[in-house]
Amino acid sequence: MTFERLPYLAAFLLLVVGLYAIVAKRNLIKVIVGLLVIDYATNLFLILVGYRSNSGGAPMAPILTRDLAPAQLAAHAVDPLPQALILTSIVIGLSVTALVVAMAIRLYDRYGTFDTGRMRNLRG
Amino acid sequence: MRGMSLIVKNTTRLVAGFIALFGAYIVLYGHVTPGGGFSGGVIVAGGLVLVVLAFGEEFSRRVISHNIVRASDSVGALAFLGIALLGYLAGAFFSNFPDWLGQPRALASGGTIFLSNVAIGVKVAAGLFGVFLALALFRRRGEKRLMVPDTAPLDAEDEE
Amino acid sequence: MLLLVLLGFMVIGSLVAIETRGLLSSIICVGAVGFALSIVFLLLGAPDLAITQVVVEILVLVVLVRVVITRRDETYATSRSTLAIGSVLLVLGILVAVVFWALGSSGGAGLAMRPFGNPLLNETAPASAMAPVGAEAPAPVAAETIPRSIGGAYLARGLGRTHAANYVMGIVLDYRAYDTLGEATVIFVAVIGAYAVLRQVGRDRHARHEPDR
Repeated sequence: MTFERLPYLAAFLLLVVGLYAIVAKRNLIKVIVGLLVIDYATNLFLILVGYRSNSGGAPMAPILTRDLAPAQLAAHAVDPLPQALILTSIVIGLSVTALVVAMAIRLYDRYGTFDTGRMRNLRG
Repeated sequence: MRGMSLIVKNTTRLVAGFIALFGAYIVLYGHVTPGGGFSGGVIVAGGLVLVVLAFGEEFSRRVISHNIVRASDSVGALAFLGIALLGYLAGAFFSNFPDWLGQPRALASGGTIFLSNVAIGVKVAAGLFGVFLALALFRRRGEKRLMVPDTAPLDAEDEE
Repeated sequence: MLLLVLLGFMVIGSLVAIETRGLLSSIICVGAVGFALSIVFLLLGAPDLAITQVVVEILVLVVLVRVVITRRDETYATSRSTLAIGSVLLVLGILVAVVFWALGSSGGAGLAMRPFGNPLLNETAPASAMAPVGAEAPAPVAAETIPRSIGGAYLARGLGRTHAANYVMGIVLDYRAYDTLGEATVIFVAVIGAYAVLRQVGRDRHARHEPDR
């Protein structure tokens, strides 16, 4: 386990923490928090894969500014493809979170609690 | 949901226009600087959410009704599809016309990328603001709805 | 180094967020994790994503706080049985150990992930290696190299084909516009789903004991 692959392990740890929250928690809000953490972990892992270090300086973003040439960008810039995928993923994560929160509101309105253990015990 | 205090309302009066302007800038310059349709749309939705939170839902219902928000959502999605079908003019679905407008780094460049940014900005802003309105207008079972005439008069400072 | 500190902060923050008892404090911790993620995006050269992550995080916080702050849950939600939690933790711990080992070894049994900071983007292949099989092979120009990964091809040719100075937007709205169409559809469906879940009409009729039309 070299030092160079440590960030990937951190992203995987974040994923595992989110998975634990979804599986082992009874409160519905904690489950939603776990879903959010899994979203963060996925986006983080994708951006870590696409990073290209710039020999000690700041990384070069794939945006053509006034003082850069396209050939320079092609040689030093960070991979733009994972960024495009993550842009999609962040906004989808927001919409799915809004939908899950709407369902949580309805469940609270119906049962009076956020506790999923008590929700199974109440009958119609 | 009632509005908030006087300080919040005055600050919102000053700031909400700037937030909308900033969101429009990020949407329009999406193909030149960082940003794009998605971030700009979420910023505009955030500005609208600020207005609803500060002034209460009765005021926002007068200014922008929920039906207009839902209609803009659909219009944005249909506009994006229409831009995709425009690509048939060049021979394929979603084909871009990069030489149609000017050179890169100018505002008018990138062909249909610019129009797609605007369509997606409108769609995302209207969609997320509509979801927030639906969450905020949700009434618990048995509570009085806002459309039922209430005996308590609104505060004088709520009159805009 | 700052990157590792921020990653550690994110892991510890998410652990605190799911273990703390108050709902409001757990939401605030998740907000902190999200903002740290946006700083990580900025450190790794992705300004588009940093802007998007900050504003999305703000909206998520507003929605979650609005939900939690008016609904006081008086029942004290205890966790599941100790056996269940223990077995879940054991399985997850084994998973982490396997990934830890696989990341270290390279070649046969390992994941063969490239070192952090040196992606496939850095490699180029001679142009003759990419000639289509069976077609007329064009005479290769001496020492012409083309990038081995798709990201490199987008960087090399993106400006000429899309004329967009922001390469990421060129990919999202030109090269991979189908994905954006799919994303717009998913957002649309999620929004309609939220409207359907929060509908007032059916519930009002039910409250007045009218039959559904």
